[in-house]
Amino acid sequence: MANHTPIWEVFVRAKNGLSHRHVGSVHAADASGAVQAARDVYTRRSEGVSLWVVPSGAITASDPGDADALFAPAEDKVYRHPTFYVVPDNVKHI
Amino acid sequence: MYTVDYANTRDARAAPIEDAGRLAAFEARVAADDFIEPKDWMPETYRKTLIRQISQHAHSEIVGMLPEGNWLTRAPSLRRKAILLAKIQDEAGHGLYLYAAAETLGVSREEMTEALHAGRAKYSTIFNYPTLTWADMGAIGWLVDGAAIMNQVALQRTSYGPYARAMVRICKEESFHQRQGYEAMMVLAAGTAGQRRMAQDALNRWWWPSLMMFGPPDDNSPNSAQSIRWRIKRETNDELRQRFINATVPQAEALGLTIPDPHLKWNEAAQRYDFGPIDWEEFYAVVRGEGPTAKDRIQARIDAWEDQAWVREAAMAHAAKTAAKQAA
Repeated sequence: MANHTPIWEVFVRAKNGLSHRHVGSVHAADASGAVQAARDVYTRRSEGVSLWVVPSGAITASDPGDADALFAPAEDKVYRHPTFYVVPDNVKHI
Repeated sequence: MYTVDYANTRDARAAPIEDAGRLAAFEARVAADDFIEPKDWMPETYRKTLIRQISQHAHSEIVGMLPEGNWLTRAPSLRRKAILLAKIQDEAGHGLYLYAAAETLGVSREEMTEALHAGRAKYSTIFNYPTLTWADMGAIGWLVDGAAIMNQVALQRTSYGPYARAMVRICKEESFHQRQGYEAMMVLAAGTAGQRRMAQDALNRWWWPSLMMFGPPDDNSPNSAQSIRWRIKRETNDELRQRFINATVPQAEALGLTIPDPHLKWNEAAQRYDFGPIDWEEFYAVVRGEGPTAKDRIQARIDAWEDQAWVREAAMAHAAKTAAKQAA
């Protein structure tokens, strides 16, 4: 909509070595404005060393209604976890 | 999409269908302390109540900048000025975190702003009191932000994910607001006789309005029961008010100031302070927006919005021009 300033989702990297993490959103006319707004809104207390802004509409999300179909099949595959396998106590480093 | 696509009328939440099975599943999730996220199905009343509560909270942060802005250019030292400026900037940030949380429920920033300016949306009545002296900056940080923290700490466990996450951030920052206010009061309370009088006068004027910030008593709070069940509120108005009083009375004693309530007394058996009756007629008058300060507050917001319209328009025009140039 013409009179709506676009929404951008904001991601902050807290420090090098960590991934960027979603923290919220800002409104801005363009990408560089969104970075400036994100800096003022989300990093006033050294919360980050790097910012990503992504147009909100560019994110495709899975439908919560499909959550069972997508994620439930993993629940009965316990053999994917190391604790599924019994190893004698005297066997080390495994 | 994470947020709501205003252009897409097929967005599930644009036409929610109430359905008993979904409602039961929703209630069970909330009762089990699960979080509800933006794209999840939710009852229309839950969505509407949250929009009302979150936007009201956001408006309070934004309007809350005005009474403090009044003293920014007259702060008694550069240190105090820098602190006050940082606090006001935080209030803007808090308003923005909350607007962003409300937007995930399918309401636009522009709609919320318009509702505030048209008088359809409320904000905390506390900001309809004038800030008469510098001591008010101390009293607001100590009492008003202190009362807000009581409320907000409980809301960190609210059932709507984006709201709870905004609260976690806000609580971390709010603690600075309260401590800087208390420190400003300490300086005045330990100062000249005139400064002590100023501190006491500020406490006298801000004490009762701060208690009213928790809202009407539980037996007269229309939306409380359902909000508690849906984990939109986690504790009742009276519980939070009592906790605030219990925490604040010893802080006033440490300052050597007197709380303006002749009925205030420690109740050993109940392990709490008993306090005098609250003048709810005054509260409702302030809620109704009576008094000159209420009109000034909204007018200041409308002026800010209208006078700066050219900035928003210029930014949009620049973005469109740059995009067109890149496409060419």
